[in-house]
Amino acid sequence: MTAEFWLTQAFNGVSYGALLFLLASGLSLIFGVMRIVNLAHGSYFMLGGYVGLSVMWRTGSFVAAMACGALAIALIGIAMERLFLRRLPATQTLDQVLMTIGFALIFQDLALLIWGGDPYTIPTPPMLSGAVRIGDLTFPVYRIFIVAIAIVVAAALWLALEGTRTGALIRAAVDDAEMAQGVGINVPTISLLIFALGAGLAALGGVIGGGFLGVYPGVDFEVLPYAFVVVIVGGLGSLPGAMVGSLLVGLLDNFGKALFPELSYFTLFAPMALILALRPTGLFGRG
Amino acid sequence: MDRRFLTGAIAVAVVGVLAPLLPSYPLTLLTQAVISAIFAMSLDLLLGYTGLPSLGHAAYFGVAAYAVAILAVDAQAGFVTCLLVALVAAAVTAALFGLLAIRATGTYFLMITLALGMVVWGLAFRWVSMTKGDNGISGVPRPELALPWNLTAPLPFFYFALAAAALAWLLLGLLVRSPFGMSLKGIRESESRMRSLGYNVWLHKYLAFIISGVFAGFAGVLWSYYNGFVSPVDVQLVTSVEALLMVALGGSGTLVGPAIGAALIVFLKNFVSVYTRRWLLILGAVYIGVILFAPRGIVGALRGEASPRGER
Repeated sequence: MTAEFWLTQAFNGVSYGALLFLLASGLSLIFGVMRIVNLAHGSYFMLGGYVGLSVMWRTGSFVAAMACGALAIALIGIAMERLFLRRLPATQTLDQVLMTIGFALIFQDLALLIWGGDPYTIPTPPMLSGAVRIGDLTFPVYRIFIVAIAIVVAAALWLALEGTRTGALIRAAVDDAEMAQGVGINVPTISLLIFALGAGLAALGGVIGGGFLGVYPGVDFEVLPYAFVVVIVGGLGSLPGAMVGSLLVGLLDNFGKALFPELSYFTLFAPMALILALRPTGLFGRG
Repeated sequence: MDRRFLTGAIAVAVVGVLAPLLPSYPLTLLTQAVISAIFAMSLDLLLGYTGLPSLGHAAYFGVAAYAVAILAVDAQAGFVTCLLVALVAAAVTAALFGLLAIRATGTYFLMITLALGMVVWGLAFRWVSMTKGDNGISGVPRPELALPWNLTAPLPFFYFALAAAALAWLLLGLLVRSPFGMSLKGIRESESRMRSLGYNVWLHKYLAFIISGVFAGFAGVLWSYYNGFVSPVDVQLVTSVEALLMVALGGSGTLVGPAIGAALIVFLKNFVSVYTRRWLLILGAVYIGVILFAPRGIVGALRGEASPRGER
């Protein structure tokens, strides 16, 4: 175990955490505003990856792949929220779970129908390939790119939430949706906006993740628990929680896999259980 | 002897009498349905009677199924040893998970049970030296009991599973009608009221959590012997969610409902997959349809009463 090993693994963990942030920040915000347990959130990641793949094949532009993936899945999210989820009372958690898992199964099967069962990797632009060498260490450019994107998204979300009027309305809806509605804030529209944003971000994560994790049937249910752990650890509806949670989960997962390959999931979930035992609402949650 | 007990006993008897007339494939499915019914009823104790929507119920089912497979294949252990170790393993897992999960309510409870369920899935998938990973453990022999019938044949094993399900139904039925079961219903309706009446709400929920886990483990034991094969599929999230669907489809808080729901889902899954490869699509539509059109479940709709459901 040299310093080199620790640094490389730490960097891998941070870059995986950055990817998780794209996936989980949307889930957390959706949770915060709508109290919806969305088990189809992993499907947005997968569908985003597939749409990005198709756009990449047609146009060869990675930027177009990211934009189209995010937009297309945001539209799917809007349709789901408007036509189905809105009909459910917010307190019926079980109904939400069953309905969103129903969508997850449908999305999985449709993806299988359209893109088949083979795993693909989204071709990344040459600009993002290769690696940066610092001393004995090599850092793949693509992973640096993921971290950069996550930082940009996090900063944009932070500024939007803290610095704009819409952000203030969203924060009000997160704190107390009923009260916000009572003082004249259009909570349904905010919910729709947040749902579209969350789905779009997850899809963006899917396109970017497709560059190194690949896109394949089953990736949806593979990333979903990670997103949940991030949200549980960080706290519902909290953006700083999603940031810290993603970083923590990315690092834990990477070191777990590197040090104890047979127990790798255990090393991820056991610390989560510990945090919950100490703080049931997560690190930044307010209960 | 109340009416519900009689109806249930008659239903079991009718199924038992008709079973020898069935061709082998429907009989296999019926065995599966009976085992799934135990699994669904175990979840109903938590969801329908205590108001705790667990999203990781496959964990206890899976722990027990793996315990049987490992003991029976690697150590050639007999039925009683396997059964006892598996039930204890399920109980210990539930006792451990319960400590973490019971503290939380509502959405948090759901997410924590999901994540804890994933711990077991992760171990099944990655702890290759113990579980053989993705390949699963095959060749679990049927149990050899001091009975005049050989359980390797489909029909005797079906009766074996049916007797086990009837026993589980009887025990759970007695439990939910007992003072303890009544307290659980009270907690489901209003936790704060039960607390101010002096009930130890945490302990009631915790015990219900463990008992439910043991019954899920019981179903896992039967599944392991029935299928002769366990793999991470048995502990994955979709298995846990399917149990929730069975309970919701049949009608939560009724025991009989979830058993019917389990049978319907098993038959639907298998028949649809014969006719089309798109059965996931149809199953997904069933999930959504149940919530939109039959939110109280089949039994709830038949009785025409407001069905208890998770939290409200």
